[in-house]
Amino acid sequence: MAQMTMIQAITNAMATELKNDEDVLVFGEDIGVNGGVFRATEGLQEEFGEDRVFDTPLAESAIVSLGLGLTLENYRPVVEIQFFGFLFEAMDGIAGQIARHRIRSGASKKTPIVVRAPFGGGVNTPELHADSLEGLMAQTPGLKVVIPSNPIDAKGLLISAIRSEDPVIFLEHMKLYRSFREDVPEEEYEVEIGKASVKREGEDVTLIAYGAMVQEAIKAADQLAEEDIKAEVIDLRTVSPVDYETLVESVKKTNRAVVIQEAQRQAGIAANVVSELSERAILHLEAPILRVTAPDTVYPFTQAESVWLPNKDDIVERAKETLEF
Amino acid sequence: MAAQDKFSPVDVLSEVEEKFEMLQILNEKGEVVNEDLVPDLSDDELVELMTRMVWTRVLDERSTALNRQGRLGFFAPTAGQEASQIASHYALSEGDYVLPGYRDVPQLIWHGLPLTKAFLFSRGHYKGNQFPEGVNALSPQIIIGAQYVQTAGVALGLKKRGKENVAITYTGDGGTSQGDFYEGINFAGAYDVPAIFVIQNNNYAISTPRELQSKAKTLAQKAVAAGIPGIQVDGMDPLAVYVATKDARDRAVKGEGPTLIEALTYRYGPHTMAGDDPTRYRTSDEDSDWEKKDPLVRFRTYLEGKDLWTKEQEEEVIEKAKEEIKAAIKEADATEKQTVTGLMELMYDEMPSNLQEQYEYYKGKESK
Repeated sequence: MAQMTMIQAITNAMATELKNDEDVLVFGEDIGVNGGVFRATEGLQEEFGEDRVFDTPLAESAIVSLGLGLTLENYRPVVEIQFFGFLFEAMDGIAGQIARHRIRSGASKKTPIVVRAPFGGGVNTPELHADSLEGLMAQTPGLKVVIPSNPIDAKGLLISAIRSEDPVIFLEHMKLYRSFREDVPEEEYEVEIGKASVKREGEDVTLIAYGAMVQEAIKAADQLAEEDIKAEVIDLRTVSPVDYETLVESVKKTNRAVVIQEAQRQAGIAANVVSELSERAILHLEAPILRVTAPDTVYPFTQAESVWLPNKDDIVERAKETLEF
Repeated sequence: MAAQDKFSPVDVLSEVEEKFEMLQILNEKGEVVNEDLVPDLSDDELVELMTRMVWTRVLDERSTALNRQGRLGFFAPTAGQEASQIASHYALSEGDYVLPGYRDVPQLIWHGLPLTKAFLFSRGHYKGNQFPEGVNALSPQIIIGAQYVQTAGVALGLKKRGKENVAITYTGDGGTSQGDFYEGINFAGAYDVPAIFVIQNNNYAISTPRELQSKAKTLAQKAVAAGIPGIQVDGMDPLAVYVATKDARDRAVKGEGPTLIEALTYRYGPHTMAGDDPTRYRTSDEDSDWEKKDPLVRFRTYLEGKDLWTKEQEEEVIEKAKEEIKAAIKEADATEKQTVTGLMELMYDEMPSNLQEQYEYYKGKESK
């Protein structure tokens, strides 16, 4: 065990897989000698060489497509997009190409590509750095979309993603990179993609969250506990596919749910979770499933983040609304 | 002294453009106009190249007819482009990768894709895209430019594996306006990888003439932006296309990086068979001018002059092509129909829970 931040756990996962499998390649803008703009790839080029860990020209479309090309010679690319707001430049490469590569070859080709990218608000980034665009990825058949909320999950999920023969979009919330440390096992381990995790058990209401909203949900649960309301907090960990089995099981117990996302109400994946739960568990519901989301505007100017981003107070308010319904 | 005396951007431009004069070996009459560059191809090889071009012309004619009968689906005519497609492919080796655009099905066929599969691709059946082991290629790319950026990656893979192979890709004149076109050649240059980028400039992107794509006088000169060699060739001249591609391949496998080749060519047919009507934007004079440049005509004359080709030989190739096409269509007809569960199985190596649930539903429907 070692105390690690989430970003250290991510570096550790890449180092583990670079060591385990010589077909793993890590590349992107400034990820080599610089070690990445957030130090996610710190020391990797030094340890594994420029052949394995290398910088690219500044062009996101070609970066992800380079990854697809490399799979034809059986490489396993771990590609970094510097900030996920730059996804739009790479949208064809990811959604039009990588996501379809297996089916369009009649399954004669595999797509073991991981696209890593930081995203998320609360750290005063300039325009188009923090946007939550996981909804676009979750709407794309062929991808799996993973969003860890803590160091332990981040390492295990990234190792699983790199070992997956399917393409995985691995989104790393910037606010969580160094916000806390955890004891992370030094040995290799996997966390299964597509499985949620119950962070806290409770009987009164289910709080379903992912990314930075998991911490907010836990804080909200703490506050609700002071009023003797026992909230169950579930971290989705994978937003495509969603682990509905775990969610339904929880809702059957609590009969109430709130789905929490940092993304705008019309974006993200919360609407999908609500509709699936209403199809699967309507008879167990005592109240409508409510959502905590950001407003449907463009991601805010830096100084407006604090009034725009959803937080624990919003969660407490919505949870009480379901309880008082 | 005025600034323009020291430096004239206009002069620089014209100097650049002069560097990209069209390479030709065989003129329209089938005469050798560039003796020094005639490739070292044996008589058998020359005959084989002609055979493939004739075969491909028949394939185009038959595919157009089969499409009209509803026996083929998506089809982008190739007649006129035999030299640029077939002679460039002829310069490749077996382990090389081909990343074709949607008009580049003939290269795939000569690279080893069974004709039946090419027809299944046209109809929209996944089996058309299941390439046999060892046929290093991707299925025809519909997103114009995507094949260029992917090629940089394939070529980087080849370089990393230390293989003496190249990746070749094709786009049209319109495609050179895409960002991915530029990113592809630029990445390949920056990593100095064994890639060959071919532009088949047939003067039109659907109805949009080449001049509207760019003020650049040649498309080959776009290589300058990537810092890689570029060459413009007569795309109706099989020998010129072959030589340019062979030269690019030789340099690529020696570790000397990528090349951009612009082949000046023409398509006699419409853009695709999906309702395009070239009479709306092309004149019949233009068509007949280009028909005089037909690669088959000049190569036939050249080979006849060397006593390597006869009318009977050509008839034989045509008959054989027709028979093979008939048999392939029949085989395509007999291919099992696609199912939803079948498509689901192709999606992921490990099926996610949402698809697993839907799989059960469709399995039930399909068993009724």
